[in-house]
Order: sequence, then C-alpha cells, then structure tokens
Amino acid sequence: MSDYNFAYLDEQTKRMIRRAILKALAVPGYQVPFASREMPMPYGWGTGGVQVSAACLVPEDRLKVIDQGADDTTNAVSIRRFFEKTAGVATTTKTTEATLIQTRHRIPEEPLTRDQILVYQVPIPEPLRFLEPRETETRKMHSLEEYGLVHVKLYEDIARHGQIATSYAYPVKVEGRYVMDPSPIPKFDNPKLESEAIQLFGAGREQRIYALPPYCHVVSLDFEDHPFVASKADHACDLCGSNSTYLDEVIVDDAGGRMFVCSDTDYCEGRRAAGHLGRLAAPLGQENAA
Amino acid sequence: MYVAVKGGERAIENAHSWLAEERRGDVAVPELGIAQIREQMALAVNRVMAEGSLYDTDLAALAIKQARGDLIEAVFLIRAYRTTLPRFGASLPVDTGEMRCDRRISATFKDAPGGQVLGPTFDYTHRLLDFKLAADGEVPPAAQAKPQEGPVPHIAGFLNRDGLIQTEAPSDEAPPDLTRDPLEFPANRALRLQALTRGDEGFVLGLAYSTQRGYARNHAFVGELRIGRVAVEMELPELGLAIEIGEVELTECETVNQFAGSKTEPAQFTRGYGLVFGQTERKAISMALVDRALRWRELGEDNLAAPAQDEEFVLSHCDNIQATGFLEHIKLPHYVDFQSELELVRRLRADTEALHEAAE
Amino acid sequence: MDQAVMSGGFVDPPIQSAWAFRAAMTAMARPGEIVTVDGGSAPAPVSVAASVLLLMLCDPGTPVWLASSHDSAALRRWIAFHTGAPVVQTKEQAVFALGKWDRLCPLAAFPVGTAEYPDRAATLIVEMDELQPEGAVLQGPGIKGSARLNLPDVAVFRANRALFPLGLDFFFTCGDRLAALPRSAVVTAAGGSV
Repeated sequence: MSDYNFAYLDEQTKRMIRRAILKALAVPGYQVPFASREMPMPYGWGTGGVQVSAACLVPEDRLKVIDQGADDTTNAVSIRRFFEKTAGVATTTKTTEATLIQTRHRIPEEPLTRDQILVYQVPIPEPLRFLEPRETETRKMHSLEEYGLVHVKLYEDIARHGQIATSYAYPVKVEGRYVMDPSPIPKFDNPKLESEAIQLFGAGREQRIYALPPYCHVVSLDFEDHPFVASKADHACDLCGSNSTYLDEVIVDDAGGRMFVCSDTDYCEGRRAAGHLGRLAAPLGQENAA
Repeated sequence: MYVAVKGGERAIENAHSWLAEERRGDVAVPELGIAQIREQMALAVNRVMAEGSLYDTDLAALAIKQARGDLIEAVFLIRAYRTTLPRFGASLPVDTGEMRCDRRISATFKDAPGGQVLGPTFDYTHRLLDFKLAADGEVPPAAQAKPQEGPVPHIAGFLNRDGLIQTEAPSDEAPPDLTRDPLEFPANRALRLQALTRGDEGFVLGLAYSTQRGYARNHAFVGELRIGRVAVEMELPELGLAIEIGEVELTECETVNQFAGSKTEPAQFTRGYGLVFGQTERKAISMALVDRALRWRELGEDNLAAPAQDEEFVLSHCDNIQATGFLEHIKLPHYVDFQSELELVRRLRADTEALHEAAE
Repeated sequence: MDQAVMSGGFVDPPIQSAWAFRAAMTAMARPGEIVTVDGGSAPAPVSVAASVLLLMLCDPGTPVWLASSHDSAALRRWIAFHTGAPVVQTKEQAVFALGKWDRLCPLAAFPVGTAEYPDRAATLIVEMDELQPEGAVLQGPGIKGSARLNLPDVAVFRANRALFPLGLDFFFTCGDRLAALPRSAVVTAAGGSV
C-alpha cells in the first residue's frame, strides 16, 4: 500500500463521483457532469475511467485492465499498476475472473456476467460533438431530444459512400431517449452493450460520467433500408482460429504479408489453451522458444 | 510462426530508468539544486506556479527539475500534487492596493501618486547575448532606494473618481471554483478570470494578440501594471479575526479600454483585468485583454465571432494540461478503431471497384 | 459533544464507504434487488441502511431534508458531525431527503432536475417497516423481465416515471437492508391493475 488514500482519491472526491454514478444509472445514457480531478496521469489517457474505477473499487475486487482488448498494452499495464499500488487490489488478465474491468476501445468477447462491472475510458463523451462543437448547443439538443443532426450525418454517409461510414464510436440510442457515444469501441462491439453487467463510462477531461444499467435497451442508430451491421474483418484469427472475434491486423513482412489475430488477448489465449489452433499458431507454451 | 508482442511492463520500467538517466545528464556536470532553480530560473518557477495554481516556489522548482525543464510537464506535476492536498479553508481576497510594489508602471499617465517604478524588467535591455554570463554570473550590487511607505493607489481609482471609467459592482457572492465544480456555460466573470489566470501563457498571449490585430479589437491602454508582494489573510472563526498566514508575489494588470456609452448613458472607459502568481507580466497583460474581449455581452457590444470573444472556445481550450494530455493521447495505441476504419475503407473501395467493373 | 453524536460513523471510512457504495450501486442499477449493508448507525429511528447511505453520500455540498418522522436535534447533530451536510428547511433545497413515506409525501416540491440537467434531482431515502421482493411489479433498465418490491405506493411512482428523464430517485431502507427505484423504472400494481 502507499501513502495515498485507498484507491488514490480522497473520500470527498469519491463521494462526488459516486453520486454522479448513481444519477447516471438512474438516467441511462445521460451524461452527468462531475468535477473531474487532476490525476497523476495525463488527460486523454484514461483519467475518467480511472476515477470511476477508483470510486467503485473494494479491496476484494479482482481488477482487469485492457487497452485495445489486450492486457499487456503499455497504458493498460500502467493503469493496472496504479491500482495495484494505490488500492492493493488483486489483478487478473482473465475476463471470467475479473470483478471490475477497465477498458479502452473494446468490450471483451466473453459475455460479461451480473457480478461484473465494465468501466470505459471515454475521450469525447458527446455523440453530437463532431456535428456541433458547442456544449451549450448539444446540451439543448439532448434536452429537446433533437437528434436530427446525427441522422443527417448518417444519411450523408449513405449518399456519398452507399453505406454508413462510421465504424467506431457508433452512436446508440438508450432506452428510446438519449443518444449516447459508446466510446471508440468498434461497431462490432455495439451489440454487446446490452449486457448483464453494469457499464460505466468516465470522461475525465470532459468531466462527464454516464452509465448503462444491466439489460438496458441499446439500439445502434440506422435506417430501415440501411440496417446496422456489426462488421469485422472477414478473416479468422490466425492464432486461435476463431471467426467470430474482432481482429487486429499485423503486418508481418515488407512484402504485403499480414496476419489477423484476436484483439481480445485473453479470449484468444483461452481458445488456444483449449486446443483451438489458427493458421499460424505455435502451440501454447512454446512461444518463448520461437 | 507468430509470437505476440509482450513485455509492456518491462518496457515501461526501462523507459523510466532511461528517462531518469537523461534527466541527470552528464554526471561530470554538477547536479542542479532546487535552490538554484528557484533563485536563477525564477520566471520559469513563476509560470509553473501560475499555471499549476499552487504557490510554492520550492515545489515548482522541484517540478521543473523533475520535468527536465519542460514547463508544461512541470505544471502537470504541480496540478496532480495540488489535487491531493486537503483544503483547510479559503483566504480573504488579497488587497493589491496594499501591495509592496517592485514594479509599477502606467501607460496612461506620465506620473501619478506612487510614481512610476520600473523595477527589475527586461523592457529596455538590448537583447544581446551576454557572453560574460557564460563564464561568470556575478553581478555588482544594484542601486538601492528606500521602499515607499503606505499604500499605492490604483490608477483606475483616479479615473473612477471622475466617473470616467466603468465601475465594478461589489459582490459578496462566493466565486465558483473551477477545480471543484464541472465547467458550465455561460461562465461568470469570476470563473473566466480563474480559467485565464491558470490558462496556458502561449494560448492566452495568442488570443490577446488577436484582439490587437482586429479580432474583436478593444484598444487597451495599460492603465497600470504592478508587481509585488501582498499579504494573504485568513479568517479564523474560533478567534473571530483575520490573521496573516503568509504573502505571495503577484502581477496585476488593469487595462483601460475603449469606452462604452449611448445617447442616454455618458461615455465611459471600460476595464480588463489580469492577476497572476509571481512576476508574470506577459501573462497578466494578455489575461486583461482577453478578459475585456470576453465581456462583450455585459458591456452591450456586438458579438463579432472573434475567438477571444467566445467564452466556450476560450475556456474549453486554455488549459494546457487538458490540451497536452488529449493531444498527446493520440500516440497511444488505436489499433482497434483504426482497424475498423481500415476495414471500412477497403469495403468502400471494393464496392466502388465492383461498380466500375459492372459499368465496363 | 455527547457520545451518541460522535458514534455510529464508519470506523474505516475509505473501505466501508467503498462497500456501501457497491451495495447502493447494485441496488440502483438493479431496481428491486435487496442488498445488505453495515457499519453506520445514526440516532433512532434511523435504520442502519439509511445511516450508511447518509455517511457514504452526504457532505457539505448536499443539503438534506428530514421528514418529521426522523427530524431530531440528535440526528441533526449526527449528520453535521459525520457528514457536514446542511439540514435544510424546504424540500426545494434538498439533494437528499430522509423519512417515512407518509411524512416525505407530498413529493411535488422536491427538485426533479431540469431538462438540461436532469441529474439535479433529489434522492429520497424512504424508511420502511419491511422490505420484501413482493407486491408492485417493476420493469425497465436494470431489470431482466420484471422484479417485485413492496413499494409504499404505485400511482406516485407512475407519475414520477411520466416525468422521465426528470424525476426523483429512491432508496428504500429497512434495518440493514436496502433497495432502490430509479426514475426510469416502470411500476405496476401487483395483479396488473394500476
């Protein structure tokens, strides 16, 4: 443990964040303003998620932190170490063992359960921001449920490209009321937003917290003749062979060679441990010898 | 055969120790002391205190040392430390009329009670590299005068006596606290000034400069610029009185700007205001100009859609810790969202190619 | 200051607040689910669960309104000592309110938020004689299918739901147990009639 308070934040700050989380759960998809604190890591690097996690953690938690689906990306490592040090909680890379998962840009492949909390790091919480930069305007739009602008944008996509050209941070409507930014997850993950777990979204620099309670109704915006499709690269994972997971593309040589691997590293390892092998996989355990 | 990249943890550790080594530099060169930075890099220390919103010269010097001289990084260290400090209470407003001035100039009057005091300024130095400093920084003692006794009245006060400048309505309303409440628009002047005083010097300077070049021009005279030390007092409810708990160095700038008025209201000059920790006069003057530009609504001026008039634009982007964090975060991995775009672009291209082929 | 005022707070605030919050968050995220808490005891007649909520959520920035069923000099001192929250005279000022259902009603004066800031709404802590997963039927976010809870009323909560996204949010407390009803929940009377 360290000289800092449990989970770093002082009690006053945690109380303020906890009140915001409760209101966020009561009004799903609505962005609750909160007095985000300056954290010892830069804005844009997960300060919102870290503050939400800090307000939620209990000593018995088992924390998993992923960035781009992976536990060993540097910022995930850094945030995991922060909580090991300041909250003394156990950590894991296994999705099924985690009680609280902080994530950036992905929802784990393994369906989450009712005993889990998923905390998202959010860069720009406002789904209308790139259509209207002013907070004073977008706040009014949400209050009036005036979402024509989003539909216009999606429709312009169709006019220009023949399809909706938004592939991540794909806007959703929550419980038929608020349009919400699911954070920059690939739209492949959007269907997983309807979950048994509690999902909390923290945007530190933009000072907003929002939430999806379990079993919340979440609809990706679309048009009748251009329905939403949760697409992904048309490949199987070259390590575990799965053809139903979101994939990272890896350039393997300078002659155009590439391979596709699960972005969810824990899921991929689990499949390989269970004997599934992809096109280019080394049997598990022999990696260091390779 | 493919092996996934691992070892983020070791990479981070190694990066940190390399960084520490680089910070120290050549060990044959004596290490920089905190006192040296505090005394000889005082203006850097002042900037870090101002934008870090924490008045502590030693901590600011330490932050500069740790940040290898990157002042925004140093401001960040101070901010992150500052938020962990318990809050015992609020001091009383400082009285800059009681300031013990090291420098006090007015551009609007040749002379005024309290006099013009040039003080330790770069203003009339010729910007010639002083190669003597490379060898020997020792200086002969400067001439000394007896400090002035008693308060130094504000220049604006003289104008005010004749009703020539618009007066500020006194208010006992507790000012909002940028560090404790989420930013909300419209912002009142107290909140705007709070944001500006800890805003990035370069950003505030650029905005101020833009007003001078015609983007919401409000021609500003430096009515007064003063730098000096003021007492900080705090009320102790147990004792029922205010006691002095220390003093801080401040730079205060009050500008006299073009007048407002109408057929029914007599013409009056207007004001812009800047108040910043330490000797930071570029920042204080800039702040006063931007403050004045942001006051267009209350002074009944037109919105010229100039950046410096737009409080949402100014307040949302003046904080360099927010800005640098978000800017630099784009170097973090974005494989996932990039992959989704990549896949989309490939699909769109495939669709177009199919169309072309069908047309041929 | 007397012992009753000083006692009844958290012994280990960072940890006990964290546990209390997880329980309260579970309740708010899963309307109707009953959870158990401990570690707080305000002067009678405040339940353990309500005491824990006050300790975990209140501070000088959150005015509390006390219904006549619970208002007492001892409780006011306890709240001031442990949380610093101001006890206010009018429902309009309340961020939190505590009391028996019939003394909290009518609810019309409590803030329900604004169209631009629906979060600026009061949270009511309703002390109950019993808390059982039976009676009124709850549906909505956080609920798989439906849940049941012995709510003290139905029409009031339906009227509250009609204000959505504005509205009040509720905790129901009994002994060391609590449940919640966010404004998003749709309530129908047991048996289906309204």
